[in-house]
Amino acid sequence: MYDARHTEAQVDQTETKISAKGVQVYYGDTHAIKDVDVEIADKTVTAFIGPSGCGKSTFLRCLNRMNDTIDICRVQGDILIDGEDIYDRRVDPVQLRAKVGMVFQKPNPFPKSIYDNIAYGPRIHGLAKNKADLDVIVEKSLRRGAIWNEVKDRLHAPGTGLSGGQQQRLCIARAIATEPEVLLMDEPCSALDPIATAQVEELIDELRLDYSVVIVTHSMQQAARVSQKTAFFHLGNLVEFDDTTKIFTNPEDPRTESYITGRIG
Amino acid sequence: MSLIWLLGLVLAIAAVGYALGRTRALSSTNGDIRKLHSLPSYYGANVALKSAIPALLVLVVWLVAQPLIVSGVVSSDIPDSAIPEGSSRGLVMSEVKRVAAGLDGAVAAGTMSASYAASAQADMDDVTKRMRDAQQITPEALTPEILTAGQRFRAMVAQGKWAMTAVVLALAVAGAFWGLRESHAEFRARNTVERVTKVLLIAAASLAILTTVGIVLSLVFNTYEFFTMYPPLEFFFGTTWAPSFSGRGGSSELGIVPLLWGTFYISIVALAVAVPIGLFSAIYLSEYAGPKVRAIAKPLLEVLAGIPTIVYGLFALLTVGPLLVSIFGKDGFGWMQSGTAVMTAGIVMGIMLIPFVSSLSDDIINAVPQSLRDGSYGLGATKSETIKQVVLPAALPGIVGAILLAASRAIGETMIVVLGAGAAARLSLNPFEAMTTVTAKIVSQLTGDTDFSSPEMLVAFALGMTLFVVTLGLNIFALYIVRKYREQYE
Ligand SMILES: Nc1ncnc2c1ncn2[C@@H]1O[C@H](COP(=O)(O)OP(=O)(O)OP(=O)(O)O)[C@@H](O)[C@H]1O
Ligand SMILES: [Mg+2]
Repeated sequence: MYDARHTEAQVDQTETKISAKGVQVYYGDTHAIKDVDVEIADKTVTAFIGPSGCGKSTFLRCLNRMNDTIDICRVQGDILIDGEDIYDRRVDPVQLRAKVGMVFQKPNPFPKSIYDNIAYGPRIHGLAKNKADLDVIVEKSLRRGAIWNEVKDRLHAPGTGLSGGQQQRLCIARAIATEPEVLLMDEPCSALDPIATAQVEELIDELRLDYSVVIVTHSMQQAARVSQKTAFFHLGNLVEFDDTTKIFTNPEDPRTESYITGRIG
Repeated sequence: MSLIWLLGLVLAIAAVGYALGRTRALSSTNGDIRKLHSLPSYYGANVALKSAIPALLVLVVWLVAQPLIVSGVVSSDIPDSAIPEGSSRGLVMSEVKRVAAGLDGAVAAGTMSASYAASAQADMDDVTKRMRDAQQITPEALTPEILTAGQRFRAMVAQGKWAMTAVVLALAVAGAFWGLRESHAEFRARNTVERVTKVLLIAAASLAILTTVGIVLSLVFNTYEFFTMYPPLEFFFGTTWAPSFSGRGGSSELGIVPLLWGTFYISIVALAVAVPIGLFSAIYLSEYAGPKVRAIAKPLLEVLAGIPTIVYGLFALLTVGPLLVSIFGKDGFGWMQSGTAVMTAGIVMGIMLIPFVSSLSDDIINAVPQSLRDGSYGLGATKSETIKQVVLPAALPGIVGAILLAASRAIGETMIVVLGAGAAARLSLNPFEAMTTVTAKIVSQLTGDTDFSSPEMLVAFALGMTLFVVTLGLNIFALYIVRKYREQYE
């Protein structure tokens, strides 16, 4: 269950990238996130685990203010990225989302060509000076998304024509193309086969060198393999947050232990 | 027995059959539903369908065929000597039918007995008088031949009615028995009902298609007749529309080009008004407006769709026309002579089409999955970037469909044109001049006294046919665009 990768990647004392304090989220009257405090370090992979419906996606969406698009959703508490409150009035959520990229639970390619899907973000943010520049960005992103070899001959075919797993990798590549500082991934591998999963995990490991990555996953093995820090959510509460090694070998809370050994969930 | 009664009886037989079929099937397994092949209600439905459908089918065919057969027989029995000079068998036959109806009316009013109405010895003057007493229309001079034929007609109709009632009821009962015999455990009632349902649905669809074919055929027939009198080349390429009504002499010029031009010009102005306003309001309503604004604004916008077109016509005539004249007329730019103009009709028609475009587009935009918007927002796109680059492209096939639907409505619109654009067929580029459209001319060709064999009258069918072909082409084009786009992105 625990392979060698995470032990060698012992967490150095890196600076905090995201710091959440006393976060509460309500959907109308439903209290979905209850008083969560979390410090997410820079250049680390943080995994969110927990049973279905415990609020992992909800909390993840708070980090790039995607919850703003849901009318009934209210977020309270402080979330700071690089020491700046992202829910401050002066912060433009659109700018924020360019900095904090997101890959969704369900693959959602745009009804455009594969090329245009990747080029979407760079075009909006003016990251490419000319067509050649854009071509480079597109190729680099597709390579990092571990899908280049499958699509290099049909860059102008529709992205919606790919298989589910290919679509998800396309979405990962699309998120990377905007060069975010933080990448939020909501169950990015739930539609992938073991080979593609391994490729994505490799990619995550590589991204860690430059970015802070937060990944939601239902696979304990995956969390153990790719992350250095793990947060366990249960019924909207953050039960335990610690080094991944610690969570998987010597959890403090009995609920964490039951969950990782498969007794609740 | 009247038709309603007959219908009721057939349905009653079917209903009784339903109940009997159900119980019979149940009793064949001693009340154990699980041993039946299908649910008991399917056995009932099988009986009901078998008794009602053939009976009703025969009823309909009979009702259509009987009058044709009866008048055929009676009319062929009228001796040639009974047809006066200058008249025809058809005219005499309608006289006969009138007499038959008169006798019916007189019997119903009680001015003659049923046996008197049928008697061969009746006196012409007396019969006429009695029919008049019952306030019936009578021929000027009733001849014995016509009276005999009329009596024959009545007799045959009455006989036919009895025969029909008997046959239909017998069929219903026989069908019920057929179904009942089948109501036992092994019979696959569910599959049978399924098949019958399918046939009924196919029948409904074919009826709709056949009606369309019928309409087209009637157009084609009359159009053909028109083209035997008027050269097609001059019709399709003639640039003057100047019908002279028969009687006044002189030959007409019936070129369709100015009418088609007017139709397209007005439609284009209308779409230029309706598409941007409709589309933008749809985008506002579906993407920006809060639920409260939406709840008020959407129904308000749709009220526009409920206004009858004649009211729009009045609006064009009384408000928009004078307004445009005050801006572009003699006192303003000097481009406009009078209130009736392409612009007037086009703008008002555009207003009429706004709710059409907006409510269809709104539905289509709402159907774009939220996950696509999330994906775009997640990459740091703004709302308008998301709409422009993700939502609208995804909704495009539907929006194109909505626009083309609006276009076919614009092409077919008549009332607003008559009141807003005038009646002058003209080929001009100036949108402030009066022009007219194909539909408006169809109306004016068919109103008034003209006989149905002159080219001036028949041209209406050729115009209708052309319009039909144009709209059909537009729809096919719309389908082509939608399909091409779908292939690309699905
Ligand atoms: N748009 C929404 N409107 C109302 N309630 C919501 C909405 N999204 C989530 N919730 C509720 O918030 C709670 C947390 O949902 P969330 O999607 O965050 O769970 P999750 O941990 O991501 O589950 P899963 O592992 O199944 O994805 C659930 O009870 C859910 O019903
Ligand atoms: Mg989730």
